[in-house]
Amino acid sequence: MSLFSNTGVLLSKELRTEFRSRELLTTTVVFILVVLILFSFAISPTTEESREFGPGLLWLAILFAASLMLQPCFLREQNNDTLSSLRLAVSDPFSIFLAKLVANTLFLLLTELIMLPFFAIFYNVPVLPELHWLILVLFLGSLGISVAGTALSAISAQARMRELLLPLLLLPLLTPVLVVSATVTVSLFEREPIVKGKGIAFLAVFDIVFLTALWLFGEYLLEE
Amino acid sequence: MTKRIIFGGVAILLVIAAAYASFFIAPEERTMGLIQRIFYFHVASAWSGFTAFFLCFMGNLLYVWKRDQRYDWLAVSGAEVGLAFTTVVLITGPIWAHPVWGIWWTWDARLTSTFVLWLLYVSYLLLRTLIDEPDRRALLSSLFGIFAFLDVPLVFGAIRWWRTQHPQPVIMGGQGSGLDPTMKAVFFFSALAMHVFMLFLVAERYALEKMQTEADFLARELEAQ
Repeated sequence: MSLFSNTGVLLSKELRTEFRSRELLTTTVVFILVVLILFSFAISPTTEESREFGPGLLWLAILFAASLMLQPCFLREQNNDTLSSLRLAVSDPFSIFLAKLVANTLFLLLTELIMLPFFAIFYNVPVLPELHWLILVLFLGSLGISVAGTALSAISAQARMRELLLPLLLLPLLTPVLVVSATVTVSLFEREPIVKGKGIAFLAVFDIVFLTALWLFGEYLLEE
Repeated sequence: MTKRIIFGGVAILLVIAAAYASFFIAPEERTMGLIQRIFYFHVASAWSGFTAFFLCFMGNLLYVWKRDQRYDWLAVSGAEVGLAFTTVVLITGPIWAHPVWGIWWTWDARLTSTFVLWLLYVSYLLLRTLIDEPDRRALLSSLFGIFAFLDVPLVFGAIRWWRTQHPQPVIMGGQGSGLDPTMKAVFFFSALAMHVFMLFLVAERYALEKMQTEADFLARELEAQ
């Protein structure tokens, strides 16, 4: 029980820190917007093409944005020297990760929901008909990104060149999420039901595998 | 010292024998002809590379569990040797593909997953260079190594969704696949030779890492005086 109550307290701390300044959210939203616009300049897609490639570009933009957004996740604790007190305060270090990854998933999901109308307009894709499925895919994808990203940002925060290191470690690891989320999103716009179920199950498996790994090995990531 | 020379000699002789067998003993393949012979080298390297990465993964797990630096030496040796073998796979693959498929590269499941695997272990080695303190480097890189290894089946599963152009598995594949008995014998001999050679390289790299650690320790001792 203490795991969940600890996580709850830590989560409210994460959310409060972010919503006081809203720095992370605004920067990430603008970053995704810039990337999406630059993509359309780079390939200038027709309507047909943007339905085919748009989801891939959207997920790539989300992935890049996430690899920047996850950067301060543990860095802030390290700069303020709060990591040891955090570890002392909780009974299970997994709750630190759980709080951070839930917060990151929420931030990512919020950013994506803000970006979705812009994406639909610029890339001329119908997001409304399958919106509930789309939100499910966005949620599972963001959860996968956040689980792996939170773990790796704890690693990169302890190394040199950390700003460059995190995307370098994270992006190859997230290949499965990118492949499957992009494929499923395309299939949602093209209305292919077969890919959808399989893809959603795959994303859930990815999330479960990395959550379990984090649960098993998380405490070692925070060793002093 | 003599043990190392004998081990190395046997490994190199085995590789030479495997090369001879794949050029002169194995029969010529009907449609692809001579170029098919690269298969004995290509697939054997791939299997040895994967075994080396598995050694790295075992080293990672054991280090997190036991905290003995010898497991970290094993992990870094496995990763570097595995990376070398995977590089061979990524080079010999296009050499075969160009005459047979007519293209150097295609974004097919096995090519792409091997490439992602290669990238993951490049990141692993890069991470190691960016952490100075030995214990922290060993621990954090072990944890990344574990995450990376868990990711491999997921990468492969995910990329399989795209249509695949790579030849279907001929060893342990489905019905209608299979090799001529001589080809099979030559292939398994090459796989054995490559594995012995890989183990020799891992053992050498391990000895090097051990000496490096001892030299670093001595240098620090000297500085402290």
